[in-house]
Amino acid sequence: MLDVLTGFVEELRAAGLEISITEAADAGRAVHEIDMSDRDALEVALGSTLVKSHAHWKVFKTVFEIYFARRHGAQIGAERTGSLEDDIRRELAGPVPSHAMSAGEYEPLTGTDGAIEALGELSEAELSDAALRALEADDEELVRLVASYAVSRYGGMQPGRPVGGVYYLYRTLRALQVEALEARLMEGELSRTSPSAGAIERRLARDAVKGRIERLRQAIESEIRRRLVADRGAKALAKSVRRPLITDVDVMHATAEELEEMRRVVRPLSRKLAVRLAKRHRHTRKGPLDFRATVRRSLSTGGVPVQPSFRAAKPAKPEIVVLADISGSVATFARFTLQLVHSVASHLRGVRSFVFVDGIDEVTKLIEGHEDVSDAVRRISTEADVMWVDGHSDYGHAFTVFLERWGECVGPKTTLMVLGDARNNYHASQSWVLAELSRRARAVYWLDPEPRAYWGTGDSIVAEYGAWCDAVVECRNLRQLEDFVGKLSEKGKVA
Amino acid sequence: MASSGSRDNVPAGPFEPGAAGGAAAGVAPAASRAAGGGRGNGSFGSAADVSRRLENTGYLPDDRISAVVYLASRLEKPVLVEGPAGTGKTELAKSVAVATGSRLIRLQCYEGLDESKALYEWNYRKQLLRIQAERVAEASSAQAVEVSWSSIEEDIFSEEFLLERPLLSAIRAGEPTVLLVDEVDRVELETEALLLEVLSEYQVSIPEIGTVRASSIPMVFLTSNGTRELSEALKRRCLYLYLDYPSPDRERRIVTAKVPGISMELAEQVARIVQTLRGMDLKKHPSISETLDWARTLVVLGIGFVDEASTSATLNVLLKYRSDLDKAAKELGLE
Repeated sequence: MLDVLTGFVEELRAAGLEISITEAADAGRAVHEIDMSDRDALEVALGSTLVKSHAHWKVFKTVFEIYFARRHGAQIGAERTGSLEDDIRRELAGPVPSHAMSAGEYEPLTGTDGAIEALGELSEAELSDAALRALEADDEELVRLVASYAVSRYGGMQPGRPVGGVYYLYRTLRALQVEALEARLMEGELSRTSPSAGAIERRLARDAVKGRIERLRQAIESEIRRRLVADRGAKALAKSVRRPLITDVDVMHATAEELEEMRRVVRPLSRKLAVRLAKRHRHTRKGPLDFRATVRRSLSTGGVPVQPSFRAAKPAKPEIVVLADISGSVATFARFTLQLVHSVASHLRGVRSFVFVDGIDEVTKLIEGHEDVSDAVRRISTEADVMWVDGHSDYGHAFTVFLERWGECVGPKTTLMVLGDARNNYHASQSWVLAELSRRARAVYWLDPEPRAYWGTGDSIVAEYGAWCDAVVECRNLRQLEDFVGKLSEKGKVA
Repeated sequence: MASSGSRDNVPAGPFEPGAAGGAAAGVAPAASRAAGGGRGNGSFGSAADVSRRLENTGYLPDDRISAVVYLASRLEKPVLVEGPAGTGKTELAKSVAVATGSRLIRLQCYEGLDESKALYEWNYRKQLLRIQAERVAEASSAQAVEVSWSSIEEDIFSEEFLLERPLLSAIRAGEPTVLLVDEVDRVELETEALLLEVLSEYQVSIPEIGTVRASSIPMVFLTSNGTRELSEALKRRCLYLYLDYPSPDRERRIVTAKVPGISMELAEQVARIVQTLRGMDLKKHPSISETLDWARTLVVLGIGFVDEASTSATLNVLLKYRSDLDKAAKELGLE
C-alpha cells in the first residue's frame, strides 16, 4: 500500500499539484484510520489530506480513478493479474443487486461463466433496453454493469496501445447511440409527469435525463480507465492521460471541454483579483511627508514635531486601452483577457476596448452594456465591425485606422495593451504607428498567446512590434494572464 | 460527563497564582496532555457515528463531511472548510460542538485582526493598579519591605493579568472544545501566521510566561469563502473539506427537516428546481439558506405545488440579481 501511495503522490505532483512531505505523511496516517476496502472512504482520506484547493479536485479524481480503479471484491491496491478477458468475467461475475435479480431482468448474470455468454446473446436493441432500464431506475450498480458490457463489446480496445482512452469512449458512446437513449429516456420521463406539466416540469425532466446520461458517460469512462490500467499499469496510463491544471492549459490549444472549464474559472479568478485590488486601495501606504501640516501640528507640543503628518497617497489608477486581435487563431485568448480586464474596471480609471481583424472597432459600450461580460464578449465577433478585406489579421491596417480615429484617446496616463500573435499574414507591419502610440502612452504591452519559442517564426513579426513596446509578455494560460492583469492594475506598469 | 473529571485531574500550572485559584486548568505542563486523553468524551467512534450524532443535532451531513470530521478527530488535525457562501460551513462547526457536548469558541476574522484580539493581551490597567497597590502598601506599613523589581515584574506578568482571546482560551479550556475560526480568508496573509502555532502544535507561546499547551486538544474548524488563496503553510496543516451545494436528495432532506409543514412532494420539487438553477450560468447561485427561505415562503403562501406562476412570483427569494432573475425566468420558460 505504501508503494501505491508513493506512486500516487508522485503522479499528483507530476500533474502540477504541490504536495509537501507532511501532507503525504498525513495521507499515510489517514489511510490507517479508515476501512481500506471502502473506496469512497479512501477517496475522502486521500483527498482531504492531499488536495487543498477545489480547483485541483478534478486532477485528483482522475489520478485516483487510475490508481485505485473500482473493482468488485478484489482488494484495492493489489496488483492486477490475468488477461483483459478474465477481468471482464470477474467484473460481470460481481455481485448483482438483489432487486435486479428479483425483477428477473438480470438473472443470467448470476452464473460465473454464464455471465458474459448470456450478455453475448444480447442484441443491440436488448442492450439498449437494458441501458434504458438501468438509467430509469437510476441504479448505479446496474449502470456500471451496462457500461462494463458496452465497453467490452463496442470499445474495440486493443491491449498495449499507448492511448488515453478518449477514442474508446466516443466509440462506445456512438455504438450505444446515446442520443437515441437520451430521447427515449426523456420520453419516458415526460410520460410519467402529469399531462398538465408546465415548462418548469419539462425543464426539470430534461436536467434529470442529462444528469443520468452524464453518469452513464462517466461509468463508461471509468470502465475504460479501469481496463487500461489493467492493461498497462497505473503509472503508464496516468502519464498518458495527464492533463495540466486548467490554469496552466494553453488557451490556444485548449479543447472545447477545457474552454468551457476555463470560462467557469475566469469568473472566480476575476472576483479574486477584484478583492485583492480593493484591499490594496484600503491599505495603501501613506504618501510623502506633509511638511506644512507637521509644523502646524507641532505647535501644540511646543514646536517639537512629535507626530509627523503625511499626505494621503494617491492610488495609481491606470487607464487601460486594449487592442485585441479576434481573428480565429487567437479569439478565445482575447475573450478571456477582455473579460478579466473589464471585471476589474472599477479599480481602474477607465478601460476602453477595441477589437480588430483587419478592420478595427470599439467595443467598450458593447461590453459595459451587458451585466454579464462573458455574454457580451461572445457577441462581439458578430456585432463589431472588424472585417475590412478578407478577414485575415492585418495588424498594420488595424493600427493605422486606430491611430486615425481614436488616436487621441491614448495619452500620458494610458497603458496600452495589444493582444495578438503578431501573425500579420505578410501584410505591411506599419510599426511606425506603434512607435507613435508608444511615444504618447505611459506604457505599451504586447501580450502574445504563443509560446516564446514560436515568436518570429513564419509570419510572426512580434519582434518588429516589440521594439516599440515596454515589454512583450508571453501569456499562454490563465495563470500568466491573471498575473499580468493583476500587476498591471495594481501599478499601471509591469516589471 | 467524564470531561469534568479530566478537568480536575489537570495539575495546576507552575504559574498558577496560589490565591486566585479560580482559574483552573491553566498552563498545563506537557505531561498532562497524555493524562487529559486527547479529545476525551466527545470523540467519535466512526464516520457513521459522526453522521448519526450530527443528524441528532439537526445537521444533515453527507458521507464526505462525516468522513472528514471523523478523520480530523482521529488525526487531531484542523479542518479547513471551503465553499460557496451559504452551504453550512459555520453550521458544521456549531453542530459538531453540540454533537460532542463541547464548548464552541469562535474567532471571527476580519481585516486588521491582530495578536491582541486573537491570542491574548496583558491587562494593562490591572497591572498598573497592582503596581500602585504595591506602593501604597509600602508607604503605609512601618517597616519598608524591600520589593525587588523582578518580583513585581514576575507578579504582573502572571496569569492573573492575562486576558484570554479566543485562540488562547481554546487552548487552555479544560473541557472539550470546538474552535471555529470563521472566514479566515478575510485576514491578511501575514496575520495567518498567528494561527500556525495553534493549529499545528496546539500551543501558544507567551514570551513572559512560557508556552501554553492544550490540556485537551480542541477540534478546529476554519472556514473560508475563497476570496483569496490561503497560504501554503496554513493549508498544509489542515485537512481540506470542500462544501459544495448539496445533492438534490440531501437538499430535500434538509428542507424537510428544517421547514415544518412542508409536504414531501413540495420539498422534492423545491430541491429539483434549485438544482436546475445551480446548473445555470448565474452570477450567484442560490445557497441552502435561500432554498430554505424559498420553501418557507411557499409554505406560508399555501402553495402546495410549484407551477410557473408561483415560481415567477417568488423567484426573487432565490436569486438576488436582476440579470440572474431574467436569465432563470427565460431558461425555466416562465415568460
